[in-house]
Amino acid sequence: MSEIQFATPNTVKEAVKCLAAAKGKARVLAGGTDLLVQLRAGFVNPGLIVDIKHIPELRQVKREDGGFRVGAAVAGAELGANAAVKKAWPGVVEGLELIGSTQIQGRASLGGNLCNGSPAADGVPGLIAAGATCRIAGPKGTREAKVEDVVSGPGKTTLKPGEFVVSFFLPKRSKRSGDAYLRLIPRTEMDIAVVGAAVSLTLDAKGVCSDARVALGAVAPKAVLVKAAGKALVGTRVDDDALEAMAAACRAACKPIDDKRGTVEYRTKVAGVLAQRAARIALARAQGE
Amino acid sequence: MAKHHVTTTINGDPAEFLCETRQTLLDCLRDELGLTGSKEGCASGDCGACSVMLNGTLVCACLVLGVEAEGATIETIEGVAQGEALHPLQKHFLEEAALQCGVCTPGFIVAAKALLEHNPDPTETEARYWLAGNLCRCTGYDKIIKAVMNAAAEMRGA
Repeated sequence: MSEIQFATPNTVKEAVKCLAAAKGKARVLAGGTDLLVQLRAGFVNPGLIVDIKHIPELRQVKREDGGFRVGAAVAGAELGANAAVKKAWPGVVEGLELIGSTQIQGRASLGGNLCNGSPAADGVPGLIAAGATCRIAGPKGTREAKVEDVVSGPGKTTLKPGEFVVSFFLPKRSKRSGDAYLRLIPRTEMDIAVVGAAVSLTLDAKGVCSDARVALGAVAPKAVLVKAAGKALVGTRVDDDALEAMAAACRAACKPIDDKRGTVEYRTKVAGVLAQRAARIALARAQGE
Repeated sequence: MAKHHVTTTINGDPAEFLCETRQTLLDCLRDELGLTGSKEGCASGDCGACSVMLNGTLVCACLVLGVEAEGATIETIEGVAQGEALHPLQKHFLEEAALQCGVCTPGFIVAAKALLEHNPDPTETEARYWLAGNLCRCTGYDKIIKAVMNAAAEMRGA
């Protein structure tokens, strides 16, 4: 086993420099709840680990343009304790808070949950439904990307060598908006999603849906935005017919695997059911219930 | 590469150790500092036997690198009793026979202490959810939960 170098940069610029110098041999450390397991199992063998938690903007939650800028290394428990974010984006927060135990919540981050690239990542569908973007830093400067474009498949991202996620932007919430995330697991806690569904919607003054985004997890090689499902809700009062049309769009978007946790048929059916339930919660939240 | 020289505070006392990057905080506590109270169960963050407080947050020491402890404040099971005086949680674990083999016990005590600092009056459901990351393969949990609830009541002066 080769020795691993360790770096604790204090600025994004320094971190970029460290990562660039390692020429693809580096791994970014935020909460470590995936990296340390992979390290021990021998799945990864980095020459350098870059701990990004000493960079202030990676750890902060700040208001920005009426929305929120959330540092990529902010832990689940920290975001869960932020009343303002929880009020504006309860679905995003409940997704992140579903990950692991109290111990894991103390460390696991939104950025790590995204970049680990699991199709079943509980933090990701909520971000996609929210229309969140992320700020990515790299040797060529900083760029912004939609969350749904960051993961390319199981364990794989579209980040270029030397790039890392600095923060997420949760947009300004319009009036009469709500979001929700639900997952199906065979237990009550501490499990990997068989299916995850997030819905974010906005109603106009008459109670008609004016905007909706639906995202699914664990039913494809990565969490997916189902545009047709969102479209099925727009212009409706989110009634049973609209919800059934949305569920049908969700089922059509599923390309799941068959495994011990769920068959293709089961996951596909449940994706529609969970999306409907999440939409009902999002609707109630939008109505201020 | 030279080993990292880590300076930290453990249970209120300054401590230092040398480690390689890949050594976990749990490895360092047990192998470099002789603090073997924190146990290694799964080494993947599933069982909670290595629960410690890192800068006031409950974490699995197996999922923290030793080198991350630089400048940190760590509390382990060794710091829970005050000399010979057991913490109410420890006392009630004994009274309720909330352990058999004992491997999970230090993690449960540290995690339950964190719960009661965060929420001195938890419901049984809250206690069970908080402790969902601590696995016990002997007791069936009821005795553990009873011990935690009794300790909570004693600490509230109820």
